[in-house]
Amino acid sequence: MFSLGYFLQQTMNGVILGCIYALLALGMTMVYGILRLINFAHGALITLGAFFTYFVLVRFGFPLVAVIFLVLGFGGLMGLVLDIVAYRKLRGGPEVALLITSLGFYTFIENFMKMVISPQPYAFKAPSYLTTIFKTSFLTFRTIDIFIIGASLIIMWCFHLFIKRTKMGIAMRATAENLEVASIMGIEINRVISVAFVLGSALAAFTGFMWGAKYGQISYDMGFLTGVKAFVAVVIGGVGSIPGAMVGGFVLGLAEILSIAFLPTSFSEYRDGIVFAILILVLLIKPSGIMGVKEEVRV
Amino acid sequence: MTKVKIPELWFLVGGLILLGGVFLADHLLNRYLIHILILMGIYSITTVSLNLTNGYTGLFSLGHAAFMAIGAYTSTLLAFPLQLREAYELPLLPPFLGGPEHSWSFFLAILAGGALASLSALLIGLPVLRLRGHYLSVASLGFMVIVTTFAKTLRGITRGSMGINAIPSYTNIYWTYLWLFISVYVIWRLVNSRFGRAMLAIREDETAAQALGIYPMKYKLLSFVVGAFFAGVAGGLYAHFTKAIRPLEFSFFLTFQIVTMLVVGGMGTTSGPIVGAVSLIALRYALKPVEEGLQVYGLIELVYAVLLIVIMLWRPEGIMGKRYSRIG
Repeated sequence: MFSLGYFLQQTMNGVILGCIYALLALGMTMVYGILRLINFAHGALITLGAFFTYFVLVRFGFPLVAVIFLVLGFGGLMGLVLDIVAYRKLRGGPEVALLITSLGFYTFIENFMKMVISPQPYAFKAPSYLTTIFKTSFLTFRTIDIFIIGASLIIMWCFHLFIKRTKMGIAMRATAENLEVASIMGIEINRVISVAFVLGSALAAFTGFMWGAKYGQISYDMGFLTGVKAFVAVVIGGVGSIPGAMVGGFVLGLAEILSIAFLPTSFSEYRDGIVFAILILVLLIKPSGIMGVKEEVRV
Repeated sequence: MTKVKIPELWFLVGGLILLGGVFLADHLLNRYLIHILILMGIYSITTVSLNLTNGYTGLFSLGHAAFMAIGAYTSTLLAFPLQLREAYELPLLPPFLGGPEHSWSFFLAILAGGALASLSALLIGLPVLRLRGHYLSVASLGFMVIVTTFAKTLRGITRGSMGINAIPSYTNIYWTYLWLFISVYVIWRLVNSRFGRAMLAIREDETAAQALGIYPMKYKLLSFVVGAFFAGVAGGLYAHFTKAIRPLEFSFFLTFQIVTMLVVGGMGTTSGPIVGAVSLIALRYALKPVEEGLQVYGLIELVYAVLLIVIMLWRPEGIMGKRYSRIG
């Protein structure tokens, strides 16, 4: 059973889940780096994105390229709305106020979806060009698997360029370093934060699309644990580090899939438990994560 | 010293008035209203205990449902009647807990549930509370997932997702309000002591508190463990009140309800948690006919979420809180 093919197949599943976690973790670490906010509403955007693509792609049958841009735009718009409606008003207050509000928004969106859409899960039937099966001697995969890995790598590369090269990316890193000093240096903090929310939310909505197309089922509460696990990935990679978030996402995805693939089947129920056990282990052994730097504290 | 003594006297008077009120309610009100009153009492205990960590010490824990689950399962398993154990496929107690011929009394079982909840809080708190920031929220949420996973998978002990039914309904209005009184008193006493002042200092500024000779870990852990104890107690009361527990019940939504009650009532106030719990339970029972009549499931949760957001945006100190300005 534990042949090379099986190992490769499970590794690929782990990499795909890792791609999803990594994209989510990017958005989370950006927002956490600037505002010290664990954005629980990030998970709700996965759900929103998944249902948005369900209607646009499956029900109305838009072409894939249009769907990609629509879902990115939709997610970004929702992120901007959340930022303007709520988070902007709370800036400068205690950090915990942001956390509580994001919890409120998560629950609001989840129950809104439950009331408006359905409490039952939906079957996400991706169009046939995404589900074509390829068989090789070691691996069996579908177009969607290639699409997820390819799109994630492209997004990560663009993101890296954005953070390192563009003016906005540099402003964002400066703001994450020290918000007050950045503001004194003439960086428009509100714009930087809005951009962080918009980018993060667009990525979260996009992962909702990937999740639906890959796993074939979407429901009103799908985003919660996925969002929280994305923060676990942030912690594993090192809080505040952008490459760390990507590495953490892949490590978590691989760990989650490989642990259930190689443990006896009765352990598969422990899947979510294993993820959080990893979190507690990381906090115990190396709280700064794989690539994080120790934070300096001043009064 | 008189400053300390007078409030103690007030607690005695308040306790007697509470006893009288509970006695009157027990004899005058119908069973439905008493049902609601008991639920208000149980939620008040959880909210008061959450207030210790989230309100006074400034640690934002989201794992309260986990401690309630531990308390609920522990007390149920210890106090389950002997003659029914076989019929419900529940294990007999091992020798170190009294042997197979033994079943614990309700009060002791509740205490044991609280104690086990505190012990688990100690284990989870040791690695997590060393860190600054809101790691605790995610770690305690993860702890909740781990606890419900175990409740689902340890079928020989907890009967898995089926849950345990036919729990004897030992919880009555007297037990509930006795425990509420104890929890309010203990937490009030703790907060108005050297420990409480240290906790407040940590909430305001951990580094400054450290510079003043406060060892944050000790006080954070203390508040987390004491909070978990009363959450465990409330879980035990809850199990012997609803007469059936399933792993599903102790989910994120239970935590969310308690957090909402605390925030709406006012974090870091003595009366806030009780006001929040009582008013939100009342709201839930007022909305229940609407939700069932219109068939819009999720309405109550939606209203709770809206309330939480509205309070955070326009009155972040809650109903009972005083507005105070932060320096810097």
